[in-house]
Amino acid sequence: MKHTLVVLVENKPGVLTHVSGLISRRNFNIESINAGYTEEADMSRITIEVDADDEYELEQVVNQLSKLIDVIKIIDLTGKDRVHRDLALIKVKASPENRAEIVNLAEIFRAHIVDVNKETMIIELTGEDVKIDAICELLDDYGIIEIVRTGKIAICRGPKAAKDL
Amino acid sequence: MKMTGAQAIIECLKKEDVQVVFGYPGGSVLTLYDALYMSGFPHVLPRHEQGAIHAADGYARATGKVGVCMATSGPGATNLITGIATAYMDSIPLVLITGQVAVSFLGRDSFQEADIRGITTPITKHNYLVRDVRDLPKIVKEAFYIARTGRPGPVLIDIPKNIFAEEIDFEYPAEVNLRGYTPICEGDSQTMNAVFDELKFAKKPLFFIGGGLNLSDTSEIMQKIIAYTGVPTVSSLMGLGCISSDDPHFFGMIGMHGTYAGNMSTTETDLLIGIGVRFDDRVTGRLDQFASNAKIVHFDIDPAEINKNVRANIRVIGDLRWTLEKFYQKLQEKPAKEWQDQFKPWLEKLSGWKKEKPLTYKKDTDEILPQPVIEKICEITEGNAVIVTDVGQNQMWTAQFYGFKHPRSLLTSGGLGTMGYGLPASMGAQVGKPNKKVICICGDGGFMMNCQELMTIADLNLPVKVMILNNQSLGMVAQWQREFYNSHYAHSCMRTKADFVEIARAMGVPAVRLDKKEEIEAVLKKAIFSEGPFLVDIRIPEEEDVLPMVPTGAGLNQMILGG
Ligand SMILES: Cc1ncc(C[n+]2csc(CCOP(=O)(O)OP(=O)(O)O)c2C)c(N)n1
Repeated sequence: MKHTLVVLVENKPGVLTHVSGLISRRNFNIESINAGYTEEADMSRITIEVDADDEYELEQVVNQLSKLIDVIKIIDLTGKDRVHRDLALIKVKASPENRAEIVNLAEIFRAHIVDVNKETMIIELTGEDVKIDAICELLDDYGIIEIVRTGKIAICRGPKAAKDL
Repeated sequence: MKMTGAQAIIECLKKEDVQVVFGYPGGSVLTLYDALYMSGFPHVLPRHEQGAIHAADGYARATGKVGVCMATSGPGATNLITGIATAYMDSIPLVLITGQVAVSFLGRDSFQEADIRGITTPITKHNYLVRDVRDLPKIVKEAFYIARTGRPGPVLIDIPKNIFAEEIDFEYPAEVNLRGYTPICEGDSQTMNAVFDELKFAKKPLFFIGGGLNLSDTSEIMQKIIAYTGVPTVSSLMGLGCISSDDPHFFGMIGMHGTYAGNMSTTETDLLIGIGVRFDDRVTGRLDQFASNAKIVHFDIDPAEINKNVRANIRVIGDLRWTLEKFYQKLQEKPAKEWQDQFKPWLEKLSGWKKEKPLTYKKDTDEILPQPVIEKICEITEGNAVIVTDVGQNQMWTAQFYGFKHPRSLLTSGGLGTMGYGLPASMGAQVGKPNKKVICICGDGGFMMNCQELMTIADLNLPVKVMILNNQSLGMVAQWQREFYNSHYAHSCMRTKADFVEIARAMGVPAVRLDKKEEIEAVLKKAIFSEGPFLVDIRIPEEEDVLPMVPTGAGLNQMILGG
């Protein structure tokens, strides 16, 4: 089962490598990993999606990560009421004939066209990963040239920050 | 006070009450070495950085203090790797100070540059690269704190050359403040009730003790618990000595080369209480058959150890200094006599196994066998020596046949199984415990891996006694080849023209060869009671096996027995 972990870490060089290195070294499977700044200057937030076979494996991931001195806190958002998003930029073949179709499609998905030229378009889409998967499947018919995705980030609904959970 | 980075480090070491450092100089640490020189800080110079770090490790294991080791950048630092991994696997507190190329040279493949932080990340509890000299005191303070608290371990501080020379206004921080690190000291007393309830209904409980007792110096309270309840006790390699081997409740080591009584009881127990152990695969054998009739209770300071290998029904997380005290108090709710009566039939069953199938070896031979040699060493030292082993058969025979009585009296590379550990570690142990008899028991293979340290031992006139169990082969490898590879001795024989006695003498250590059975006692006594260092090259037969043995992939009750 997939789990979304929020890992709050000291904002220091090398911490992301440390976290990702530990996960792979311990033979756990990372689906995606994402890091960025937070509301606190000296804290970064890493969102990790891991695929754990059972609760014991998940517990090991969390406990092993907790041992890192620069890891401040780990919160499992799985099952919590949360918003999660992935950002994708998709470059797709777009001839003048089917351009309108693609624009239509993008609209249905509330995606933005962020670049157009004679042969291609770039579509920007944020959303849950299933939504991105869906548009990719449809765009495939036109010929996808390139996809770039950020991987999942997640935040809890409600008034509290993850660090206070 | 104004001082350079190098001087600041020495000030920090003094504040941390460090008595001695083990290290090896080089370009990037010359400023630091100059400061050592000027302050006259005690320093041991081995003949290889690996010798320095194993020595610091032996020092830490023997004394319970943090071992400190220094090396230069690049090759000096990379020579520490095996020793860092060794200490990491056995949770030994070390602080390692490595030189690094100057900040302006970082990341350019400069002369003697190696990314030691990157290299050591998986094998240190934590590591640092100092980029600003003003951070130095805080970092050193944190490093010692991290190394010795919680589950101990090695911490590395990498310091660029220019930082040693830059000036700061020195002030040693009074406190450490790390929001991501709050070592658990006190556990939760609720869990004690649960353990108590399990024990109340158990018929065949077993205490399984490990290195955690050594590290936390809690063998005394453990002994009280055992005496009070009468619960039989077995040990991992790392737990040997915490309970005296002649205690009637003690049934030796379990695992691959464990005792019959120990392994059988582990298979049969209905309540296995693991204390400061990490259920290594050398201990458990086939996991699905390990203590498969038992509920499992696990006492450990590191939550990540729980359920890592063996699933625990009850977890008792916390420093053993706290949890064992609490456990002992809780046990008082039932009188000692009642506990002991409850477990008496079970204890008798184990005693029966022990009597029926003790550790043994063949007695009717003219050859010198390693097992009686070790028993003799135990007898001569009255079980009071600090024994440092290398890795291989020598290590297992020592574990089996030296009757350990005291904690911190067996120093051995358990987790990593590092050949070459014994000699330098015994050097460090002797530095830390100048009044103790320190005896290094090693094989001929492992001895050669760091034999250069004989020279250091001679120079310092450390009274380390080196006993080489010389089977002219890589004995443990050969044993496996005999058992599992049709006796194909692929590169495990080391018949040699060279002579260990001559090597020792050349390095300044008196030595003799022992090859006559009737001379065992006299030669061992001569060696052990000699003033300074001494080496004995003991010629043992090539084909002697360590038994019992549980083949890999088998359950603990499927032992090949010996004798
Ligand atoms: C550094 C290192 N290399 C290789 C091994 C694998 N190994 C384990 S035991 C052993 C043989 C040891 O031979 P020796 O030192 O002569 O001791 P004996 O087993 O004969 O007592 C070897 C090669 C190891 N543990 N460590």
